[in-house]
Amino acid sequence: MSSQPTTLRGRVLAPGEAAGAALILQEPLSLWGGMDPANGRLIDAHHPQHDTLIAGRVLVMASARGSSSSSSVLAEAVRAGTAPAAILLGEAELILAIGAAVAEELYGRQVPILQVPEEHLAAIVDGAQVLIGEEGMVTITKPGG
Amino acid sequence: MLAGDAGPGTAFAMRLVVRAAEVLGADRMIPISRAHVDACLYHGQATLDFAARLAEGGTRVAVPTSLNVGLVDLLHPELWHGAPQEADPGRRLMEAYRALGCRPTFTCAPYQVVEARPAFGEQVAWAESNAIVFCNSVIGARTNRYGDFIDVACAVAGRVPDAGLHRTDARRGRLLLRLGPDVPAALPHEDSFYPVLGIVLGRRAGPTIAVLDGLPPGLSEDRLKALGAAAASSGSVALFHAVGSTPEASSLKAAMGPGPPEAMETIMFAELRAAWAELTNAGEALPLRAVSIGTPHASLAEIEALAVLLGSSRPAAGVELLVSTGRDVLERSEERGLAARLRRAGVEILVDTCSYIAPVLRPGAGAVMTDSAKWAYYAPGNIGADVVFGSTAECVASAVAGRVVRLRSAWDAA
Repeated sequence: MSSQPTTLRGRVLAPGEAAGAALILQEPLSLWGGMDPANGRLIDAHHPQHDTLIAGRVLVMASARGSSSSSSVLAEAVRAGTAPAAILLGEAELILAIGAAVAEELYGRQVPILQVPEEHLAAIVDGAQVLIGEEGMVTITKPGG
Repeated sequence: MLAGDAGPGTAFAMRLVVRAAEVLGADRMIPISRAHVDACLYHGQATLDFAARLAEGGTRVAVPTSLNVGLVDLLHPELWHGAPQEADPGRRLMEAYRALGCRPTFTCAPYQVVEARPAFGEQVAWAESNAIVFCNSVIGARTNRYGDFIDVACAVAGRVPDAGLHRTDARRGRLLLRLGPDVPAALPHEDSFYPVLGIVLGRRAGPTIAVLDGLPPGLSEDRLKALGAAAASSGSVALFHAVGSTPEASSLKAAMGPGPPEAMETIMFAELRAAWAELTNAGEALPLRAVSIGTPHASLAEIEALAVLLGSSRPAAGVELLVSTGRDVLERSEERGLAARLRRAGVEILVDTCSYIAPVLRPGAGAVMTDSAKWAYYAPGNIGADVVFGSTAECVASAVAGRVVRLRSAWDAA
């Protein structure tokens, strides 16, 4: 059984192309205090997905949270090779978008960040294969599809 | 500036501000009068790489700019218990921001520094989540939720995108929050109520601007500081209104605008009590190794309260009692003889950094007690601490007793 891939278009907060498995965050996450750039894991002890590997995944979250240091943590994760492949958000998140912009200037590596309407975000299932192409085009294939 | 005629670092800053305008959907820039920069806290090589790139061509900030905490207490290097070489990059980064012309305040509470504090209605670019929420809510100055890099980029540009909380129409309350009838009447008169209420506010409101109605009027700045810092830890709160206490909430109508609120919710005692309990992740029978207060950085009033609570007592043997504050407040504490009195009593005073981001607590096994919801929230993940949350009075009594002491309080009500 294969299911049809879904396509949608996000608003580009940080440009780039990427592919990876979706990681649906059950609660908002602050990367500072929430992700260790040394190993790419989720370290917020209060978060239900504590210890999940974030590196290389397409992070899906309705909203970000907390600290203004998250720009630095994202840039450092890009430098260290532990960053998420891409981030899909329900809102226009400045702190993460700037982290990605700085990482691109410093290291020439892009982490696309897209704002996607929340009803589309909610339809993505954990582990789905997400492909992010030019100009915010997103293609989602369900796991096993 | 964008073309690079003021130097490549300044052009880099301008590119970031333009990107911010695109993300926020702003079609023009407005001038700012000051900035508060969080990018001076070391988070790995990328933060040094950024500062070096930004400085190219002799970049300087265009407006008076205060600095947030860094990794190292530059005035008390003996409090560093990590490997000495691990302090070096943190120190270099703090120095790099001073070289851009920023004022070396190194505090997460710039609103406690006379020269750095904006007035009502001022347009500023502030970073550091607790400073942002204080600036907007308690002072009524205007900032968006700026983060590392864009904070200093705005300081260099002297301008910000005209969007979000810089605009009057975006500052109105949308969610009305009231305390349930089962909340003990004595609870809002206890200091430890406010950080706990902040945790609940952050969870309920997220980025939505909430209006708290029914709290005692004229809440102190320190209570509002604790409330905001906790709310900005558990949710993306950048602005809240407390009717009768914050400057844009002289009345419910002033805070919410005309018409009925978009949403109205009640906070029951059970939710507050659960949030209070969750801030403690350690067994209270664990030996107590340290007590950390002053997150966000202690105000002069809080330093004075600590001295009064301690009286002629001292922390028990083997228990470290540490208070974090800004070097500016430390200076004022020294002028009043408070700092000397605390040090004589065995209290360690930390400045320029915070005890959950740097290895400054003496290594050891056991629980750390705090009166800060923000500290309790982040320390388990950041430094692996076992945390007990309590009121300031419980923290001091515990430090003196050498074990966790609970005092009778409105939290006891079943």
